[in-house]
Amino acid sequence: MDPRLWLAKTGMTSKKRRAWIIKAAGLQLALLAIVLSATGRANSADTPGVSKHELEAKLEYCQDCHGPSGQGYRGFFPIPRLAGQQTAYLKNQLQAFVERRRTNNIMFNVAHTLSPAMIAALAADFRALNPRPLGGGPKQLVAAGEKIYQNGIPEANVAACIACHGPGAVGSDEIPRLAGQLHDYIFNKLTNWSKERGQNPTKPDTSAVMSPVAHSLTRPQVEAVAAYVGYLK
Amino acid sequence: MRHVRLKIAILAIVSFAASALAVRAESPAIRNCTWCHGASAQGYTPAPQLAGQRLKYIEQQLVSFSEHARDSPFAKQYMWGAAAHLGPRMTHELAVYFSRLPSRPADDGDRELVAEGRAIYQRGMPDANIVACVACHGPSAEGVGEIPRLGGLAYTYLKRRLQQWGEGYHGALELPMPHIASTLSRNQIEALASYLSFVK
Repeated sequence: MDPRLWLAKTGMTSKKRRAWIIKAAGLQLALLAIVLSATGRANSADTPGVSKHELEAKLEYCQDCHGPSGQGYRGFFPIPRLAGQQTAYLKNQLQAFVERRRTNNIMFNVAHTLSPAMIAALAADFRALNPRPLGGGPKQLVAAGEKIYQNGIPEANVAACIACHGPGAVGSDEIPRLAGQLHDYIFNKLTNWSKERGQNPTKPDTSAVMSPVAHSLTRPQVEAVAAYVGYLK
Repeated sequence: MRHVRLKIAILAIVSFAASALAVRAESPAIRNCTWCHGASAQGYTPAPQLAGQRLKYIEQQLVSFSEHARDSPFAKQYMWGAAAHLGPRMTHELAVYFSRLPSRPADDGDRELVAEGRAIYQRGMPDANIVACVACHGPSAEGVGEIPRLGGLAYTYLKRRLQQWGEGYHGALELPMPHIASTLSRNQIEALASYLSFVK
């Protein structure tokens, strides 16, 4: 029924009618706001966190590829170690996958189904893991790699990795842990840096910091550094 | 006849190579395998295709049979005996031989399930915590190292293998297939097996 007809039938004055309409609209908006915010809350997976069951299931799912203790795994592609990784770094990367600032089809599929609460919980769980490094890198390059890690390559304007990634290569905040990372994974990333990271020029991210380093390092130098950090506990 | 010497040379080389292969194929060790796995090692139910399989995977499986790690019913009935007295050198030579044979896809899955199988293979099902097989088995299901090629294997073999992990049977390595296979529903297993049976 036409609302105006309904209002006419109730016998309200036009002044009262206006007041009523405004009130009704206000109520509707309030209801809408409540409903929308309620669904918002429900989507962030049963705050304050995620259910223990969901988290365990999701963790096992991550570990199917990243290894039973997050130590990484050599699948068709080298799948990186997550154990002991900085939580801010993990969160940033998952976000980067979702926004396609970092290109990886497999991880895009994985990441875009994760709620913020789930991401935080997963990051915390992986941070706490500490398995031995997977290893496998060329041991004869470790000494050269250590030199590059500690001193950088002044003649190529490459800063010492230790300056940001720390003495034990454990990183901090948004700077990732490299200790125990798969050497072939590091090699792949450093030699493909600008093809894979920072893919949205209108949304520059922290990956821009590494871009000049990645460009300036020669492949043998990357191999050496990767071998060195790959064995760090 | 033109280029006589060249043609004779080619003929000599080809027949030499062919006779070398023929000797290998007829050696007792190989024939012990091809009884069940088929003359060109393409597989013959329930024995899987060996042709074109990853070298390290074949080696690893033969070892797992001899150590009784891989313990499904057919493994027990046939492969424990077959692998019992091989030794490292023969194991390696068999793996080399079979890995180099050309393979043909079985093409015996359910075509209606191929699309679903492909989707699971390439993208997994993140909401159901099913990983994308491609991460380890590769874009054409070719495998790498000790991770087997799945492309072109027979539908019934793939299906049974996936089911066996869910049923608690063991493989050569414990992780991660037991968990992955147990996340798959029966329909998903059939879809995957169907898709893979057609992959070249």
